[in-house]
Amino acid sequence: MKNDPKRILRYTPAERANHWLSAICFILAALSGLSLFQPYYYTLAQFFGGGVWDRILHPFFGVALCVLFAIMYGRFREHNVLTPSDREWLCRVREIVNSDDSNMPEQGKFNGGQKLVFWLSAILLALLFLSGIVIWRAYFSYLFPIWLIRVSSVVHAASAAIFIGLIIFHIYAALWTRESMSAMVYGWVRRAWAKQHHPAWFREMTGGDK
Amino acid sequence: MALQSLDIVRRSATSTRPPEQRQTPEVVKLIDVSKCIGCKACQVACMEWNDTRDAIGTNQGVYDNPADLTENSWTVMRYTEIETERGLEWLIRKDGCMHCADPGCLKACPAPGAIVQYSNGIVDFHEENCIGCGYCITGCPFNIPRLSKKDGKVYKCTLCSDRVAAGLEPACAKTCPTGAIVFGTKEDMLQHAEERLVDLKSRGFANAGIYNPPDVGGTHVMYVLQHADRPGIYNDLPKDPSISAMVSLWKDGAKPLASILFGAGILAAILHYVTKGPSRVSEEIEKEYKNEK
Repeated sequence: MKNDPKRILRYTPAERANHWLSAICFILAALSGLSLFQPYYYTLAQFFGGGVWDRILHPFFGVALCVLFAIMYGRFREHNVLTPSDREWLCRVREIVNSDDSNMPEQGKFNGGQKLVFWLSAILLALLFLSGIVIWRAYFSYLFPIWLIRVSSVVHAASAAIFIGLIIFHIYAALWTRESMSAMVYGWVRRAWAKQHHPAWFREMTGGDK
Repeated sequence: MALQSLDIVRRSATSTRPPEQRQTPEVVKLIDVSKCIGCKACQVACMEWNDTRDAIGTNQGVYDNPADLTENSWTVMRYTEIETERGLEWLIRKDGCMHCADPGCLKACPAPGAIVQYSNGIVDFHEENCIGCGYCITGCPFNIPRLSKKDGKVYKCTLCSDRVAAGLEPACAKTCPTGAIVFGTKEDMLQHAEERLVDLKSRGFANAGIYNPPDVGGTHVMYVLQHADRPGIYNDLPKDPSISAMVSLWKDGAKPLASILFGAGILAAILHYVTKGPSRVSEEIEKEYKNEK
């Protein structure tokens, strides 16, 4: 699917690889973390070789996710600056939820919702990283006072729960908006799709025709 | 300690009831600080019975040896010299697990069955189920559990649950030469403690009292303190220990809320999809580009 003039490149191969490696690390970190967080999910530890391996591996999955996201942050930060048009889009998100985008303000490469996912992910991963270091008992906890370890345990659990909720939303939004999953898998999108969902980006990429 | 048992009243990370048909009377180890001479026989007996040996440390300039609890030293004598209205006093506190009725370690533990509480009140670690996360250390109001560098498991005083299960007293109580450590049913120990308070008060210790902190539901290791109004002078024995609000927020608040959030999110997504349908490119735009399929 390369250099098809009828299609527009939305994500470069490096961006796609970065995204999907992050996604894999997220799934590993989330499943191994849930088993440590809530006994209902303790069975998930079996995927990682039991409770002890789960405890050993989880922080490394988390660090890998943070590193990969940091690279992704560098790639996408400029495209995710919130504009007044994004704010208006977010205020009227109810129309999108009701599948009516006819009167929505025009969106660039990313819409207000995608930008919100990006920034929330960045904040939550920063919180998860910092609190995770504090509660990483095998290497770091001895450096910190007990009150900070307790606060970090709460921060880690709460931000992880919100982050998993956010990613559930992110995955659903990608499945709901047809062809956006293939955009992240193959990189290229149809011009009709770009004009429908990201008109301002479409004009920028096509030089304003049609 | 691993011990097949039918008298477990609480089991970590387990929402159904553990086997608890067998009922045993509540026990207490009573440590009378006023009788302690600091001989450390209890430390030796503990290591002897449990077959643990600590590394030889270095002199810290005080009598405390080892300087702190470790994965091999489940009890240590903590020495305090203090000037009171009575002159110089030596306060020697045998530190170790207090066996809380409401144990913070057990509340924090994420591994099913790694920490249990028996109906006799003993809080025991079952290390074969321990995953080494150290959450029990985060949950403990007394800073007791220690993570072993050798095997990544957490260790602490078992109150000699193996001996007690066989009708014996803990090794430290067995060996104590002055009777500062006594062991028996909670009822008997409280009565014994009251008698000790009468004696201490008659000797001028007006504030003598029993240390049995109510905010952790009481403990199964209790102290008789000469100065019960100031537990802090006994090498920072906490005055009103309780499970930290942060630990409760983490374990009682975040856990159920998170599951509700995940469930609600997935349900909302499914309902949205089947009621509103997918978001497709409009027919109008499709027509415009229909030759590009």
